[in-house]
Amino acid sequence: MTDPGTILFVTTSILAMAGGLATISSRRPLRAAIGLLVHIVSLAGMFLTLHAQLLAALQLLVYAGAIVVLFVFVIMLIGPASEVEAIQGRLASRALSIAATVAIVLAVSTSVAYFDAPWGFVSENFGTVEGLGTAIYTEALVPFEVISITLLVAIIGAIAVARSRTE
Amino acid sequence: MGIGTYLALAAVLFGIGATGFLTRRNMLIQLMSIELMLNSVNVVLLAFNRVYPGNHDGQVFAFFVIAVAAAEAAVGLAILIAYYRIKKTIDTDDATLLKY
Repeated sequence: MTDPGTILFVTTSILAMAGGLATISSRRPLRAAIGLLVHIVSLAGMFLTLHAQLLAALQLLVYAGAIVVLFVFVIMLIGPASEVEAIQGRLASRALSIAATVAIVLAVSTSVAYFDAPWGFVSENFGTVEGLGTAIYTEALVPFEVISITLLVAIIGAIAVARSRTE
Repeated sequence: MGIGTYLALAAVLFGIGATGFLTRRNMLIQLMSIELMLNSVNVVLLAFNRVYPGNHDGQVFAFFVIAVAAAEAAVGLAILIAYYRIKKTIDTDDATLLKY
């Protein structure tokens, strides 16, 4: 119970759940963005316990460095209108959606929690820049090129959708 | 800590994201909930890849999930800004532009 991996996993899992709950329960979007940041940073720590060093770094770069900042920029751009008042009424549908989600999550998590498999033997470059980079550039080269085109299309699409049409 | 703990945690995180998406009307928070759900999937992919570390398939898949999430956030926030320009609110209950 006291080995560092377990301590890191327990800490990051508690922080990840707390960050997620803060994200979905905050009325102010900026607090939700901070909750998302906590969630993402703790998940990056959890990736380290799974021997995914490169993905932990990418998680910090892409999510904490780009996506959360993008959210904060949009919150600042929109200003006070970024707060939406809480839902009035419709208790039945809200309770039903929450109850259905909780039931599904309980069923899935209690059934998979007893699934056990030994951790495999990890080679030296598993999850490092060298190992994962080799895998991406040899086995997944075509998807890698496709995803780069997808990102380019997303950039152009974001500019086209969000640009002002007043002039 | 076995893989079952990771899978159960991922299920809980996905449930948190799904609850946020279903019960909030703020479009910003709904987009953040989508990010929560995508992140929980990455935990499952990495945990299974850790159990079978002969190849990097799970990590490669998680890499692509991160890239798609970045693209989705950019386009989603662009749509949010376009919607805010028209409606002056980001309440998804008022999103009736295609209704009439």
